[in-house]
Amino acid sequence: MRSSDEPVLTARSLCKTFRGHLSMGRTQVLRGLDLTVYPGEIYGFIGANGAGKTTTIKILAGLIHASAGEFRLLGYDGADPRSRRGLGFLPENPNFPGYLSGREFLDFQARLVGLDRDRRRRDVDRLLDEVGMAGRADTPLRKCSKGMMQRLGIAQALLGDPVLLILDEPMSGLDPAGRRDLRDLILAQPARGTTVFFSSHILSDAEVLCDRVGILREGRLALEGSLDTILGPGAAAWDVTATRAGGLAAGTGTTAISRQDDRVLFRVEGEAALANLLDRLRAAGAGLHSVTPRRLTLEERFLDLEEQGARERHEERAP
Amino acid sequence: MRMVMAVAVMTFREAVRDRILYLLLAFALVMIAAARFLALLTVGSEVRIVADTGMAAIAFFGVLTAIFVGVSLITKEIEQRTAYTILARPMTRGTFVLGKYLGLLMTLWVNAGVMSLGFVLLLALRGDPILPVLPALWLTAMELAVVTALALFFSALATSSILGILFTLGLYVAGHLVWSFPLLAGRLGPGWGTRAVMAVYYVLPNLDRFNVRAAVIHGDPVPLEFIVLQTAYGLGWVILLLLAAALAFSRRDLT
Repeated sequence: MRSSDEPVLTARSLCKTFRGHLSMGRTQVLRGLDLTVYPGEIYGFIGANGAGKTTTIKILAGLIHASAGEFRLLGYDGADPRSRRGLGFLPENPNFPGYLSGREFLDFQARLVGLDRDRRRRDVDRLLDEVGMAGRADTPLRKCSKGMMQRLGIAQALLGDPVLLILDEPMSGLDPAGRRDLRDLILAQPARGTTVFFSSHILSDAEVLCDRVGILREGRLALEGSLDTILGPGAAAWDVTATRAGGLAAGTGTTAISRQDDRVLFRVEGEAALANLLDRLRAAGAGLHSVTPRRLTLEERFLDLEEQGARERHEERAP
Repeated sequence: MRMVMAVAVMTFREAVRDRILYLLLAFALVMIAAARFLALLTVGSEVRIVADTGMAAIAFFGVLTAIFVGVSLITKEIEQRTAYTILARPMTRGTFVLGKYLGLLMTLWVNAGVMSLGFVLLLALRGDPILPVLPALWLTAMELAVVTALALFFSALATSSILGILFTLGLYVAGHLVWSFPLLAGRLGPGWGTRAVMAVYYVLPNLDRFNVRAAVIHGDPVPLEFIVLQTAYGLGWVILLLLAAALAFSRRDLT
């Protein structure tokens, strides 16, 4: 990992409490969040609805203020606007002025980034093409679909070659082709020198894209690390499909999940049990159809954590 | 300054693409033109009627636009989430407020400029003198600058446009009645009431000082010193209100 490099993003003990109308009622969303993101990595920020993902991202983008704690972006204190100089930001469900066209909107954003006229024209055209909006560049934004807004949002975030991209639910609203294009775009960023920090509830995307993930639960990081750390380095179980094995009993560490005629699907836990099953299949003269390693998915790990959290809360409430 | 101008130009562009602005402008021009016909109904004071109606129309429609567009300027950007990608750029909230202010002021002054042109053209066609009305038009432009800053302050502070409009309209009316506060204090006599009235007198902008229309209509000269002083007074209030708006907005969470 790049732990020797200076992080592009650090947050320490970040807290956020929202006050209700007339300061009545309080909702504590973040409860001491610590984050560290290193240059060149793709970091997935995962959490259930209401876990505090968007609140965290809004704090990092300077849209809301933390109640306590501190954060640094690109070497500057987060309260200093200079910390956002190399930042590309995509908010959740982005919305842009309807009276502008996509090209005009990107040109405006490029002015804010400080690009000169030639570079603005060049980069706007390139990014419109990259996000698949070149054909609709002059359509007024009020006539654009949610997916088109999302694509433009990604394009504006990429203006000026940012050092750090913070994307809030970037896959939201995109069709399958759009999701594939965005996955490719995100995967290409580290080679361009851009670090990506994104939130998502689509865990399969996070699993494909991320070097590291942080799982947020109740305003704190419940788990953080590389996918290998979180999910384990290799397979912990295998699915074995055998034919002519109708009469074969499941042994220790093996479960027969389904039997159809003489075709049986076994779930095997552990290497010893796998070797044992393969020996018994051979001895019984069964045909081996497939052996598929079963790695824990991010979704399963996430759901485990959520269930664990729910159990803990239940125990705390119990007398 | 680059960011201020980018936000200002975008605000101006947004306003000029708004059809309501053209509707108001057309209505104001019709009012100015109607002054010519209104004058026909009176005997002996045609010049006064034309000048009074024309200048009042410019001020009224200008203030109306300043309040209704100004108050929604920031609240709308937050409600519709269009400010998010702008404020995530390396700019302070004050930069955003200043850009929005200059953009709207540019719009209002262009608008007032078009109305004034129509008005001056009408005077020229009638052969009436143009020079005496210019101080009144300039001070109306300065009043618009103050009212816009006032509207923007409430836009940065209020969570709903309706509240913002009510507060701005209230202060606008109070600002035109401030001259009467010392008279009221005199009637109240010494005590807390007088102190309270005088405190409000000093805290509120005296918008009536920008109204020299009566003097112009009656042919009284408006001294240059007075115009300079009023311009400085207006600028002082604009700076104060923009600082307050920037402070209020910088503390606000965009939820």
